[in-house]
Amino acid sequence: MTTTKPLLEIRDLHIEGHYEDAWHPLIKGIDLTLQRGEVLGLIGESGAGKSTLGLSAMGYTRDGCRITGGSVHFDGIDLLNAKPEALRKLRGLRIAYVAQSAAASFNPAHRLIDQHVETAVKNGGMSRDQAMREAVELYRVLRLPNPETIGQRYPHQLSGGQLQRVMTAMAMACHPDLIIFDEPTTALDVTTQIEVLAAIRDAVATYGSAAIYISHDLAVVAQMADRIMVLRHGKLVEEAETRKMLGDPQEDYTKSLWAVRSFRTEPKASPQQEQPLLELRNSFASYGRQPVLHDVSLKLYRGQTLAVIGESGSGKSSTARLITGLLPPTYGEVLYDGQPLPADFRQRSKEQLRRIQMIYQIPDTALNPRQRIVDIIGRPLTFYLGLKGKAMRARVAELLEMIELDPATFMERQPRELSGGQKQRICIARALAADPQLIICDEVTSALDQLVAEGVLKLLNRIQQQLGVAYLFITHDVATVRAIADEVLVMQRGRVVDHGSRSQIFTPPHQDYTGLLFSSEPQMDPDWLDRLLATRACTPSTDTLEKV
Amino acid sequence: MSLLKHVWRAPLSAQFGLLMILLYVLVAVFAPVLAPFGETQVVGGGFEPWGGQFLLGTDNLGRDMFSRLVYGARNTLGIAFLTTVLAFLLGGSCGLIAAIKGGWVDQGLSRVVDILMAIPQLIFALLILSVVGTTATSLVLVIALLDATRVFRLSRAVAMNVVVQDFVEAARLRGEGLCWLVTREVLPNAAAPLIAEFGLRFCFVFLFISALSFLGLGIQPPTADWGSMVRDNAVLITFGDISPLLPALAVALITVSVNFVVDWMLHKSSGLKEC
Repeated sequence: MTTTKPLLEIRDLHIEGHYEDAWHPLIKGIDLTLQRGEVLGLIGESGAGKSTLGLSAMGYTRDGCRITGGSVHFDGIDLLNAKPEALRKLRGLRIAYVAQSAAASFNPAHRLIDQHVETAVKNGGMSRDQAMREAVELYRVLRLPNPETIGQRYPHQLSGGQLQRVMTAMAMACHPDLIIFDEPTTALDVTTQIEVLAAIRDAVATYGSAAIYISHDLAVVAQMADRIMVLRHGKLVEEAETRKMLGDPQEDYTKSLWAVRSFRTEPKASPQQEQPLLELRNSFASYGRQPVLHDVSLKLYRGQTLAVIGESGSGKSSTARLITGLLPPTYGEVLYDGQPLPADFRQRSKEQLRRIQMIYQIPDTALNPRQRIVDIIGRPLTFYLGLKGKAMRARVAELLEMIELDPATFMERQPRELSGGQKQRICIARALAADPQLIICDEVTSALDQLVAEGVLKLLNRIQQQLGVAYLFITHDVATVRAIADEVLVMQRGRVVDHGSRSQIFTPPHQDYTGLLFSSEPQMDPDWLDRLLATRACTPSTDTLEKV
Repeated sequence: MSLLKHVWRAPLSAQFGLLMILLYVLVAVFAPVLAPFGETQVVGGGFEPWGGQFLLGTDNLGRDMFSRLVYGARNTLGIAFLTTVLAFLLGGSCGLIAAIKGGWVDQGLSRVVDILMAIPQLIFALLILSVVGTTATSLVLVIALLDATRVFRLSRAVAMNVVVQDFVEAARLRGEGLCWLVTREVLPNAAAPLIAEFGLRFCFVFLFISALSFLGLGIQPPTADWGSMVRDNAVLITFGDISPLLPALAVALITVSVNFVVDWMLHKSSGLKEC
């Protein structure tokens, strides 16, 4: 640490949020100091107050929040008592913000370049020509394709990763002293994430800006930050230099974040002689004229877990929709227990529907907010098995016990009274209520915090051991596949590019794409990104990273 | 209990609206008790002044104005309410089914509604009523049909946002029938805007019936109805008497009150802050 005056100084900050007709503390007395040119990582689970703290560094709070105590000083200016005009001059010009979803933050009606230069021309005293020249330079630094012309495009013409980089460029347009990155890569695929991370890091280094990097993914923060602060429930848990924090975490909570990815199931031997429970033969499918699946085949045996991994747009979810009958194939067939299943779910019998259940990515939308838990879990019981009244309630209680939720407390509640992890458990219980042989899990852990996600994976594993259900597990997360898969299927652009048992897939040598996918998974090592970029720079295959 | 708490915390305008609606309903229900004279009973000379035996004077035929106002609440409110309920049953169910089924069902229903909506409402109503005759039944049916088109549009739009959610897909994959999807999965989640629309639609229907009555094609004499009461006594205006404005005022008051309440309910369901 230097002894010069820090760029940003937050002292004993308290912020409250208004919900359910009362004010609740969100930030409970946090101190934060940021030097010029320093990159600070903020990590914690959702609801820890990371974004709230990040925004407060601009002297801003979201609607329904208020700052109740403490101070925020930016370069000697008291932001909490500054006039709105003074704040407006600072924001965009000296403090910039990069939001999680760039796609939702751009105005779709204007060209990127116009949005880019707006602040610089209006408040920064730059001429439009100068601002545009600098924009092109920034696009080049951020390694965007066709830096001279990309600004002339509209937001919808770019991919998510490119937009995120354009937004970073926009944040840097006025050479701000401080940039706040709020989960800038969370919505991106792993292979795209690397490009964005590398670009952001280069740009921050080139322009000497200080940055606050907010993420829930420790491995990502480790690549970016000089120093890390771990937050939980609006309080600081631990703060240390990145290497020190990774090498020697002090607090139990921090250690548990580190240990999350250590969960592994015992691989089950694959019974090749047996009849597969589910088989997909050479299936093709399309949305309208847009083909989404090419020649997809898979086999899933009883009591096994087949993980389907790939980036967004690789056809993972379309495969699931094909199996459930929501997307009838244009060619090919679905065999269940050796018998062909009708292509359209409306033609399937109740019994056929019962055997295949589905768990969704976002538990909030997968549960009807107007029904009680007992109704949600009880409906399949009544619908498929004819259980009613007391018998139904008893079975619901049993299922709740199985998913480790107390029946007395949860039976009468509504989904909105539950946390994300609890909701996902209810979704699991609803699937189990139908007594299925196969459960399709569509990204079931990706909307959850790491600790919670691990709990859900453990639960799924225990249920599989108890009941012998088979899982078709769709995910984009390599760590999840490594944790629970028996068999792995790698998909890219609607095709199966690699498949095999977990040990086969994870033992080198990898196929090209599989290798790329695996090596893109962030590691808990601050040098990982450097090493990876160095190795990739040697091989000419880096152009596969950007598939526009 | 919690409903009372909500009402207690409601803004003054909403409380006023609720009070007025309650008052109107009570008046409508207890009309025979409250009214000093019968609905169609001729009790004095034409256009007698206020005060004395007749609280608000008499109308052109010598019927008690106050009694007719009280009975008017019953007739006009009752018919408007019935019409709105019918419009919602028809338009709401069609809208929800169109959203859930999609495809040809949706296309077909939507185009029919487009055709109905393409013809100006008042002219369409006048046309049909002059063909089928102006009985109370045909009045209710015609206005219900016309308003159902608006309800269809709204309920379809609201339901569209619900049917794309995963829990509806989960119910479909479970093999649930249309009835369950409509009543258990979609309707409860589309209810808030539809209830608000019910209030607004009620106002429109109410005004529409009053307008038709004023034109002579609505509720027929001798039934007491606020719209026709304005017309019957309109001539008094030229003598500086405000009696004909009283039924108009009654119409205005209930319309404003319902709007206040609907505003508050929409505000609550949208989750906006109160400031």
